[in-house]
Amino acid sequence: MSTPVGSRAPAIELANVSKIYRRYGARHFATLKSALMQRSILQDLKPEETFQALTDVSMCVPAGCTMGLVGRNGSGKSTALKLVAGITKPTTGSVIVRGRISALIELGAGFHPEISGRENVFINGIMLGLTKREIERRFDEIVEFAELKDFIDEPVKSYSSGMYMRLGFAVATHVDPDVLLVDEVLAVGDEGFTHKCLDKFGDFKRRGKTILLVTHSLNLVERFCDEAVWLDAGRKRLDGDPKRVIDAYISDVERDEEKFLAASDEKAQHEVVQAPPAETAPAPPPTVDDPTSDMMKASEGRWGSRQVEILDVALLDRAGQPAHVFHSGDPMIVRLAIRAEQPVDDCVFGVALFNAEGTCVYGTNTEIDSIETQSLTGDAQVTVSFQALELVEGTYKIDVAAHKRDGVPYDYHRLLHTFRIKSRTQDVGIYRPRHEWTFDGGVRVTPKL
Amino acid sequence: MWHHLAQLLKYRGLIQSLVSRELKARYRGSALGIFWSFGNPLLLLLIYTLVFNYFMERGDNLQPYTLFLCCGLLPWTWFAASLNEASGSLVSGGNLIKKVLFPAEVLPIVSVLANMVHFLLALPILAAFLVYYAYADQAAGLAEPRVALHAAELIWLPLVVLVQLVLTTGLALALAALTAHYRDVRDILANLLTFWFFATPIIYSWRAASSLKLVLDLNPFTHLAVSYQEILFHPQNAFGHLWWLLALAGASVLVFLGGYWLFDRLRDSFAEVV
Repeated sequence: MSTPVGSRAPAIELANVSKIYRRYGARHFATLKSALMQRSILQDLKPEETFQALTDVSMCVPAGCTMGLVGRNGSGKSTALKLVAGITKPTTGSVIVRGRISALIELGAGFHPEISGRENVFINGIMLGLTKREIERRFDEIVEFAELKDFIDEPVKSYSSGMYMRLGFAVATHVDPDVLLVDEVLAVGDEGFTHKCLDKFGDFKRRGKTILLVTHSLNLVERFCDEAVWLDAGRKRLDGDPKRVIDAYISDVERDEEKFLAASDEKAQHEVVQAPPAETAPAPPPTVDDPTSDMMKASEGRWGSRQVEILDVALLDRAGQPAHVFHSGDPMIVRLAIRAEQPVDDCVFGVALFNAEGTCVYGTNTEIDSIETQSLTGDAQVTVSFQALELVEGTYKIDVAAHKRDGVPYDYHRLLHTFRIKSRTQDVGIYRPRHEWTFDGGVRVTPKL
Repeated sequence: MWHHLAQLLKYRGLIQSLVSRELKARYRGSALGIFWSFGNPLLLLLIYTLVFNYFMERGDNLQPYTLFLCCGLLPWTWFAASLNEASGSLVSGGNLIKKVLFPAEVLPIVSVLANMVHFLLALPILAAFLVYYAYADQAAGLAEPRVALHAAELIWLPLVVLVQLVLTTGLALALAALTAHYRDVRDILANLLTFWFFATPIIYSWRAASSLKLVLDLNPFTHLAVSYQEILFHPQNAFGHLWWLLALAGASVLVFLGGYWLFDRLRDSFAEVV
């Protein structure tokens, strides 16, 4: 299928592409035979000896479009990129790329450590398809971009990893490709380098080049790409407008996290139930009134006399559904199912939130909040509602407890329940006070895209 | 296959720069640098001469023995080093195959060519020996000089080198492709090459060997070694090995095509197995 290169023809076309890798076992000879006879090392393999990295993926990147490829680890993003680069061949289906490709898969992959930066630039450039004369023409520009003027004649092995990457990036982008493939190379390198790379990509974009970008930086995709594709377990889940694709992807990731946190909560609680019962529990328990004591030593656990027992702890979202993933600013309800076999009149309920570093974000109990329990018999429900979790993104743990006024615990759940706060902004700290910016006088601002 | 073979021509610039990179990187950081291209074969010759001239009694009249050794040993070094390096070339160049769009056959070919450059650089040693012995014999006034230079026979030398190049490249491609799948090949090869060396008339004469003549004749490197020896060591005789050499040339082309075919068949899997 050789279509003449036209401005309207898509730059990259994948049609029903599947890629199967072999798993490494002992069966070598059968596969060499089929490699020679049928030109495939997969022919003789049973399904359990293979791994399907991509399944029936079709996509089309129009010329001049910047396409973002998102997905979890192992979803087939890098395989797709390698197929487009021509480094591996699809098992079935077809890949068509129109124009000169430059792949930023691993910066400086072809560098030889023993020879100078200068010679490496030439060899790398030739590998990427330039002629000697073309490299000579661009040489100064490359060196300047890489900021390596003083070191270009040193052997590459003496370069720092930053210098190495800068040079690799400089060569690969100065190949002047029609199609640029980028695999997560921006994750490395310092702030300044990243900006420079982004500027360079912006430059490519303006000049109508096609870019295929694989990254976990969703912000980058949203800001930078015209289209996005979401790969999930080797299949295409969604494509189109980056914002829509990313939102769908994020909520899917959250659902997964939800499942994972629910499972780990259950596991933690299960382990505690297996642990020795109340009376033999040795540690003198910290009280909710002083949640910062022993903070660093604190590890999850459960103790107390169980005269009052916390049977179940549920975290509920705004719809009243059990949840483990919340967005910053969402409400959260903590519902405790309580049982007291014997009537009790001396009981305080407490709750405390901790961030991943073990810092107490907030702690309170019914005593602090001036509520006195008159009596407690049989089954009961205690609910505490937080109107808005004004917290930054992260994983948080929660303590819940029922104890006497003097601190002697009935039932203390230490860090047994986990929830995650997700946030689209990347602010830092723990607590996010509601805020807004205003500007007056000689200052003009625009929201950044 | 033919398509890829034709495409290889486009990559000659790449091959050229990789060969020069290989040569530069090889001696980078050593004080004597390129001198080792002479130094290594010279020392090797010295050791063999020492062993076979002084430590051991030889029953033949191959004199001067150093010159005789030189004719077989230098090409053998090229051959053996090429195969050794080529067989590991895909594995050690894995980064290129996996991360850069890159015709993989370039790697074993570069191994062969880089070693050929070492061989060519070592040829002046051979020339120096030739000139030295020729003058020494003349000065001694020997009625029948042991060494003489016949320019007419030297014109066959490029042909011998070319045949060796084709043969070596064919084997190198096959070994590189197989080693990518089975790392055992490299170890088998290392041992095989030791045997192969002794099964080739390099330290002894082809004419002298009698009992296993058939084995020697089936060994392709025999005919290369004998060709070098006839051109450079026995120049007074006509180049009687020419027909053997032409037959080997034909066989070498077949070996090359076979090696390339094997390489081409396994090509798609390299990025996954190295």
